[in-house]
Amino acid sequence: MKRDFLTMADADKELIKSLLKRADFMKANIVAGNKALDILKGKSMVTLFYENSTRTRCSFEDAGKYLGAKVVGISPSGSSVKKGESLIDTAVTLDKLMTDVIVIRHSVAGAPNIIAKHIKASVVNGGDGMHAHPTQALLDMYTMRERFGEIKGLEVAIIGDVKHSRVAQSNIVGLSKMGAKVKIFAPNTLLPKGIENQPCKICKSVEEAFKGSDVIMGLRIQLERQQKGLFPSVEEYNHFYGVTMERMAMANKGAIVMHPGPANRGIEVDCDVLDSDMCLKDEQVTNGVATRMALLEWVTVGE
Amino acid sequence: MSILIKSVKVKGEKCDIAINGNRIEKIGKDIKGDYDEVINADGLTALPAFIDMHTHLREPGLEYKEDIESGSKAAVAGGFSVVCCMPNTKPVTDNRYIVKYIVDRAKEVNLAKVYPIGAITVGLKGELMAEMGKMKEAGAIAMSDDGQPVSTPQMMRLALEYAKDYDLLLCSHCEEKSLINEGVVNEGENATRAGLKGIPSAAEDIMIARDIILAEMLDTKVHICHVSTASGVQIIREAKARGVKVSCETCPHYIAGTDALILDYNTNSKVNPPLRTEKDRQAILAGLKDGTIDVIATDHAPHSHEDKNVEFNFAANGISGLESAFALSYTYLVDSGVIGLDKLSELMSEKPAKLLGIESGKLEEGGLADITLVDLDKEYRIDAKSFKSKGKNTPFDGWKVKGKIMKTIVEGQIKY
Repeated sequence: MKRDFLTMADADKELIKSLLKRADFMKANIVAGNKALDILKGKSMVTLFYENSTRTRCSFEDAGKYLGAKVVGISPSGSSVKKGESLIDTAVTLDKLMTDVIVIRHSVAGAPNIIAKHIKASVVNGGDGMHAHPTQALLDMYTMRERFGEIKGLEVAIIGDVKHSRVAQSNIVGLSKMGAKVKIFAPNTLLPKGIENQPCKICKSVEEAFKGSDVIMGLRIQLERQQKGLFPSVEEYNHFYGVTMERMAMANKGAIVMHPGPANRGIEVDCDVLDSDMCLKDEQVTNGVATRMALLEWVTVGE
Repeated sequence: MSILIKSVKVKGEKCDIAINGNRIEKIGKDIKGDYDEVINADGLTALPAFIDMHTHLREPGLEYKEDIESGSKAAVAGGFSVVCCMPNTKPVTDNRYIVKYIVDRAKEVNLAKVYPIGAITVGLKGELMAEMGKMKEAGAIAMSDDGQPVSTPQMMRLALEYAKDYDLLLCSHCEEKSLINEGVVNEGENATRAGLKGIPSAAEDIMIARDIILAEMLDTKVHICHVSTASGVQIIREAKARGVKVSCETCPHYIAGTDALILDYNTNSKVNPPLRTEKDRQAILAGLKDGTIDVIATDHAPHSHEDKNVEFNFAANGISGLESAFALSYTYLVDSGVIGLDKLSELMSEKPAKLLGIESGKLEEGGLADITLVDLDKEYRIDAKSFKSKGKNTPFDGWKVKGKIMKTIVEGQIKY
């Protein structure tokens, strides 16, 4: 049976553990400059991105190339999607071109689930609507594990637009599965309904969010949310929810700051924090390639 | 033409039903005589044929989804003798010509009785009143902008006031658009899990409350379409208690389904208003039981495969409902012990007839011979592929239900 990777909810703990472990091997190789592995030699991969993306797309495409796969990138603007071809027809066409892996990003939640049902190729979710971004959670967990040795027992505060964030969704599910304690902190208008039934604690104050935390994760604030009236101004948002040096002082010693990028400098995270040693946003990028290499191996040729 | 239905259960008692012409001649034991056709209905139950006050037949203009013929076939296969079709056709049924077209076409098809519902406003735009009076003359039975709310309170006020002169029922699709805010499923835990944008109950409730306030002020009647929320049921219950002339309907999908059905992104579970929570479903059942909800209507909304076989956000809203309405209602209301069969029959036949002011909906001597024969014990799986409707879009495909439609008689003629 083919393997898809659609959500953190579908991934069991053992799989996550083994992917993170395998990413060590991948990272050691690429850091050493060995980017010509032949693990995926003879395999083909397509990135089908209906939403703009720089880092996720490059990360997947590099991961595929470093493993020796043939990689093709497709954007709706330069394909028959523009001519009105339906998602399912596009996916079936790619499938019939004997593609082994399709990495899809789509603004509509569930799009990867829908195509996975229709095709033989493995489907990897590169982010769908407000639903899931499981490879981001994977690379985030890898970054935490790398820094702290293990994920179990860590306290992770996710701060910002949880409501619209697939990164938050996947991290809440993934991290809690791995034994971390997840806290979230956001204005009420940026908290999704029913979140109280998910494995995370909703913080009511800055203190609650930062105190005792090992990881502070800032989420990107889409500036259009302000225009839609979800919060009054970016200044007010930063005043009450921004990750600042003073607030980081409340966190545990050695606490790190993470950000899925791209960051709005000085809004969700202050510039001095972003540029400090505490912030691992750049390390996250490298780890993204390594973890995606481990994942691509698993979906195609993994045991 | 005369028909004798032998050994059929009527209100729990085995008897015969004699039909002469379009009327029921006699209901009694061991009816003798010469009849053109004799139906042995041993083991079956006779109910007044169902009346659907909320159907989308899609003709004119959207025949790729459904047409009057296929929709009528679906109606009689579902046990309905009467369907009232909503005006969101293409062009919109907002004038007497289209009303007349539908009436004439339905007569040619000659299966179910089709009563058009005219638009309240021109083009369903909520801006200018449509010619309700003339549409009534041409055969429209009620007015609705279904699919779209009448957004401004002033427009709704004027429409309610004006419709009173013609004794026309206004069926209100309640949806406060600013609260919809691009939502596609019920707001709550399941929406969050699926990452789909939510529609709060308040989007429906606010407009229910508005229409009740207007109807109360104007001392006129108003009918609330497809109630789906617990809070909506409560608002209507309270209004009825103080004497407001409000009536309402719910649909089989709110009786049988919840928003848990959206979790696998099956677009056939996308409907407006959206499937709600189990708490809402329970409140709908309670509302049906205590009489707050007057009618079960299907909101039969057939769509093509292409309309549904897309990303969730892009999929059309609606469920093809005519051919599963009775079975779902019977299974989830009667077989599960919430209400009795008589009550279900009232919700699906007698009450809608009364609200619409039409003869039908009752099984009585001298009454119209609109009769459905059902096998209540028959257990089977809903099979969308076998639907007569062009719309195979139902989230209940494959669900095990009880209660099968065996025959539908419309004004003394066997139509199914």
